[in-house]
Amino acid sequence: MLKIKNLHARVEEKQILKGINLVVNAGEVHAIMGPNGSGKSSLASVLAGRENYEVLEGEVDFDGKDLLDMSPEDRAREGLFMAFQYPIEIPGVSNINFLRTALNEIRTYKKLPALDAKQFLRLSKEKQKLVEFDAKLVNRSLNEGFSGGEKKRNEIFQLAMLEPKLSILDETDSGLDIDALRIVASGVNKLRSKDNAFILITHYQRLLEYIVPDFVHVLYNGRIIKSGTKELALELEEKGYDWLKETFQEQTVQL
Amino acid sequence: MTKQITIPLYEDLLNGFNNTSIHGENETIQEARRNGFESFKRLGFPTRKNEDWKYTGITPFLQEQYHINGIAKEAEISAALINQASIPSLDSYRLVLLNGQLQTPIDTLPDFIRVKSIREAKENVDLVKYFGKNTDVNSFHFAALNTALFSNGLFLEIDAKAILDKPLHIVHAFTATGNLFIQPRHLIVVHSNASLSVIETVVSENPLSKIFVNSLTEVVVEENACFDHYVMQIAQIGTRLVHQTDVSQKRHSVYSNYTFSMPKADLIRNNLHVSLDDDQTETHLYGLYLGEGQQLIDNHSFINHKRPNCNSNEIYKGVLLDKAVGVFNGKVFVQPDAQKTNAFQQNNNLLLSNKATINTKPQLEIFADDVKCSHGATVGQLSKDAMFYLRSRGIGEEAARALLVNAFAFDVTEKIKIPALEQHVNHLIAQHIPVNKN
Repeated sequence: MLKIKNLHARVEEKQILKGINLVVNAGEVHAIMGPNGSGKSSLASVLAGRENYEVLEGEVDFDGKDLLDMSPEDRAREGLFMAFQYPIEIPGVSNINFLRTALNEIRTYKKLPALDAKQFLRLSKEKQKLVEFDAKLVNRSLNEGFSGGEKKRNEIFQLAMLEPKLSILDETDSGLDIDALRIVASGVNKLRSKDNAFILITHYQRLLEYIVPDFVHVLYNGRIIKSGTKELALELEEKGYDWLKETFQEQTVQL
Repeated sequence: MTKQITIPLYEDLLNGFNNTSIHGENETIQEARRNGFESFKRLGFPTRKNEDWKYTGITPFLQEQYHINGIAKEAEISAALINQASIPSLDSYRLVLLNGQLQTPIDTLPDFIRVKSIREAKENVDLVKYFGKNTDVNSFHFAALNTALFSNGLFLEIDAKAILDKPLHIVHAFTATGNLFIQPRHLIVVHSNASLSVIETVVSENPLSKIFVNSLTEVVVEENACFDHYVMQIAQIGTRLVHQTDVSQKRHSVYSNYTFSMPKADLIRNNLHVSLDDDQTETHLYGLYLGEGQQLIDNHSFINHKRPNCNSNEIYKGVLLDKAVGVFNGKVFVQPDAQKTNAFQQNNNLLLSNKATINTKPQLEIFADDVKCSHGATVGQLSKDAMFYLRSRGIGEEAARALLVNAFAFDVTEKIKIPALEQHVNHLIAQHIPVNKN
């Protein structure tokens, strides 16, 4: 589904990604971990098409299409979704109106008829239930005055509504209490299928207890320095990142 | 007057007055006309040296050879012109004025509401009582000129304790084959305990001929009365609007004005004056201006707190595209007697182009010591983060921009009490935003 080859990118003058290689297939869940400033969120931003990131080298293939060549809205229409680390508050745009516009723009792109009010309402009710999202929040202005946890849950609700092929959750677990974390995780688990894939960006192993990944990658200094299965996450939790950094530096010296 | 030497129109208007027969009009109106004329002769047209016109140079709009006939020549009214004013799914009564002249037949209205052309109503007690009473012809150039030379207009009154069940939609249509300088004059009286909702829509056609409209509306809101006053300005290129509204509020009355200035007209200058003449009144002024092309939209408001315990609330929002220029001047005057005044004012602007300009000036003058007043003005651009957030959900750039502009206007549009009108305004906003490519 997603093939990242030798991706280099910078923000302003600072190079952040220095050769990322990653393949994500349908049905898989990948976790990306790593110390602060290693480039995890930057990877998510580059994939979603944030403007201030400049790709220097490499390519990203998304279901046979050149992802980097597309506008942010076309990436979303092709089935890419990023749950924001810091969702934006937009007073005056109602949550529901926003979602309806988004869903119908995606449907138009796929040459599907727009949903009428009734169909949309039914879908929205169904998904609210699935991800346990408060109906009161649905009619409020987009994220305005939402608590940190409510914002993150709104991201998962949007994910459920838009049914993307590939979802990137950028530190969705940060700032969540245990109950909210469980709700978010159970939402994601319900949405997992053999046809879609997830990339979880996280600092903590805790999230991975709830959403069990197929693969775990460690990002350090703009590169993936180690990949493994869920056991790697446990090892990291125990030992921290320093042992990996040392091995990585030794390797670099040898090279 | 030497300062008017560059404007031949000034001479034409002076001659125009001398040639206009005011014979047969009510003595009060004749008197008002003479005062207005003397004052205009002295004031002339404003220049940028007048503080109130510092950012709005009016001279370029006065250069054309205008027809200044007291009463506009017969003009044909077209369905297309009227259609511009239509508001989908609005249930209302409707009146149409063409070049300031009330068109017949008039919709059947309930008995408690009276509509006449202002010339026809000349002996009406309330017309005589209120005409010109709340308009300061000594300081306002265009008000003086309008008072001296107004052609015709509408006299509207609603009886005490009456409530009109649905809004009254007044369409002010302007059309001309040559250049026309036209001066309608209206008076609306809402008697005590009455409740009225009026939507005035200004439309025009034929961008080839220049139409200069200098209109003046006097409004009287009597004790305990409530008046929702909506003004939609959707005139075409070639049209210049100078519009003054002089409102007088009596005890316990509520006046809400909603002014929407939409793209195209060359110039829109609104003078909105509200005089709080008695205790415990409530005033809401909401405005939204959307400028594009080379448009100049200027809103000057003046709320005069004369008596204690009055509340006023003003929110104006501006969106400027292309090379449009906006001006906002919100003056709040709190007189020594007006203790316990609450006055709130806010003006926010969104500049969607590097070449758009806004001049904004909140102006509080407070002479009482026990009052609560606040004001604020902002100028900004669309948030890049918000744009990216919307686009990352599959919403195209243009639709995202329209959503954000509608959201910006929301503080004002949500105050509209007529759902069909709210929808229409949001639609007009969305319609005008995507065409801009910065």
